[in-house]
Amino acid sequence: MTNVTKIYGWGRYPQQDAYLHVPASCTSLELITKQQNSVLARGMGRSYGDSANALNVLQTTYINHFIEFDKSTGKLSAEAGITLREILEVIVPRGWFLPVTPGTSYVTLGGAIASDVHGKNHHIAGTFGQHIKSLSMLLGTGEVVTTSPQHHADLFHATCGGMGLTGIIMSATIQLLPIKSSFISQKTIKADCIEAACEAFDSNSDATYSVAWIDCLSKGKSLGRSVIMLGEHAEQGGLEINLRQKISVQFSTPSTLLNSLTMKAFNTAYWHKSKQNVSQTVALMPYFYPLDAIGEWNRLYGKKGFVQFQCVLPKIDGVANMRKLLTEISSSGEGSFLAVLKQFGNANQNLLSFPTEGYTLALDFKISESAIKTVSKLEDMVVDMGGRIYLTKDALMKEKTFKATYPNWEKFEAVRAKYGAIGKFKSMQSQRLGLA
Amino acid sequence: MKKILVIGATSAIAEHCARIWAAKGDAMHLVARNEQHVQTIAADLKVRGASEVTTYCIDLNDMNEHEELLDAANDALGSVDIVLIAHGTLSNQRSCELSVKETLAEIQTNALSTISLLTLIANRFEAIKSGTICVISSVAGDRGRANNYVYGSAKAMVTAFTSGLRQRLHQSNVAVLTIKPGFVDTPMTSEFKKGLLWAKPNVVAARVVEAIAAKRSEVYVPIYWWVVMAIIKIMPAGIFKKFKV
Repeated sequence: MTNVTKIYGWGRYPQQDAYLHVPASCTSLELITKQQNSVLARGMGRSYGDSANALNVLQTTYINHFIEFDKSTGKLSAEAGITLREILEVIVPRGWFLPVTPGTSYVTLGGAIASDVHGKNHHIAGTFGQHIKSLSMLLGTGEVVTTSPQHHADLFHATCGGMGLTGIIMSATIQLLPIKSSFISQKTIKADCIEAACEAFDSNSDATYSVAWIDCLSKGKSLGRSVIMLGEHAEQGGLEINLRQKISVQFSTPSTLLNSLTMKAFNTAYWHKSKQNVSQTVALMPYFYPLDAIGEWNRLYGKKGFVQFQCVLPKIDGVANMRKLLTEISSSGEGSFLAVLKQFGNANQNLLSFPTEGYTLALDFKISESAIKTVSKLEDMVVDMGGRIYLTKDALMKEKTFKATYPNWEKFEAVRAKYGAIGKFKSMQSQRLGLA
Repeated sequence: MKKILVIGATSAIAEHCARIWAAKGDAMHLVARNEQHVQTIAADLKVRGASEVTTYCIDLNDMNEHEELLDAANDALGSVDIVLIAHGTLSNQRSCELSVKETLAEIQTNALSTISLLTLIANRFEAIKSGTICVISSVAGDRGRANNYVYGSAKAMVTAFTSGLRQRLHQSNVAVLTIKPGFVDTPMTSEFKKGLLWAKPNVVAARVVEAIAAKRSEVYVPIYWWVVMAIIKIMPAGIFKKFKV
């Protein structure tokens, strides 16, 4: 049942050798957890850095069954290893959608909870964990407990966003969102600088979905030029869903293919291709998961991989601070062609949940020594600005940054101690960040 | 809507076939040894859209119970259109070599229990002149190899038996399919190092379901195994014995 395998996150950096356990059922999952000194649950391996890397990894591939689905109330229970894609296949044709969804459907239910993922509707719907009714968890003590905002609430709020460090999520019940159509009415707004982009978010805060593609390579007056995409669930168009993947990247491409010239060309083309104030109707899958159409796109960054940097800056002074950050990024010349800007709503009660009110920026850096330096510099700037970095994307954050920007980390450790998680559940990331 | 009897329903290939059928709204009767596991799968298939799912627990080595198993399936489904036989164990070749008892037990599970079921099902389908029987055999049955010839010889028996049965039942409008998967990434094989030739169970299942719908005869999945096995089968024994494959 065990295999020594090289594992890595979606960024393919860092990599490590791990014992990979693949339990065939919940019973064997419990047994393996009992036998190992320390373990970490791992789903699709879609977090970017080392948060799902550990010496003993428990892959939840076969813990992927639906348990119950009430088509009239939209309450769905499933095992943690099921992917959001499998859930969509079942719920969309029946008139339901995920209340919150990240930018890929290739993540597991358990992973979405552990990362307390957010989507384009964070300003309205909050995070994924806020729609979870209850969780069934295997604790470090070997006990299986049910937790919810009402029952073992401390454990619940530590587990949503807790990066798998409180125990193993075995199953969950989620309240889905009713939809009348599997289409989205999309409106596009062009903003020619960062200030205009942030203003567009403010003036469209009643839009259900909003996100911006941002050009991190442009400088000066057009620094932070963005294409903002607003979306609403359409009322018509049927409930069909097309899950066929179009193309796949078969091999790691030479990483020189993505350089500052090609990225600049892409960004300029993207900016000029986008049209001001255009409304159109698009299908769910390409709207929410555009990159899922390209299998293993992470290979485009070459064999060595990349890191993704995602931070949030508080709303106060947020626009000015974002300009400072973007100035640093554009002068480094290393930012990716795919950068995303979004306005967050309020933070929630989950102890390590990432989103707080303000602006979030996400972009990739092809891994190199200078990229690591740039990311470290950006990290320091974010700390000074009172922001924080998303654990699910992180591979490089310093311990002192984590402890300064996630002030609930001590409460988190206390909950872990109470439920027997200390030492039992750990990742390369948790060790790097100084969690016990 | 098809009515399908799935024997060995907790096997990964069977489970993924069942998921495809569930999405089409078919009705299924699941037979397995592990009660908890099969209940988990039954609940899952209902959510995925199966019009009806019933379960039956049995150790298939109790061959005296096979008749009763088929009666229960008939009662649950009303009638049976398709039978998928997918149960089995992956023998530990080394311990079989050291034990006659273990060798015979593996042949019992992987060959004799299947042949018992096939004999009974064949007669039932022959009488009503309809039905499809699909058996998961293996490429391992095409030629005995040093590192798994006990499992391989059991599967060879299944392959030969279904070949004959297919000819016999052809006149009676009953289709018999022999599926020969290569390496499949399932809990049964989780301790193996995976290479290029390994396939995911959902990919294998999709081809099995297609093959059943098309009433095909002998199917290698994925298809490249047909080429691999053609080469392995053509090798003279005097040369083959020197290879370590």
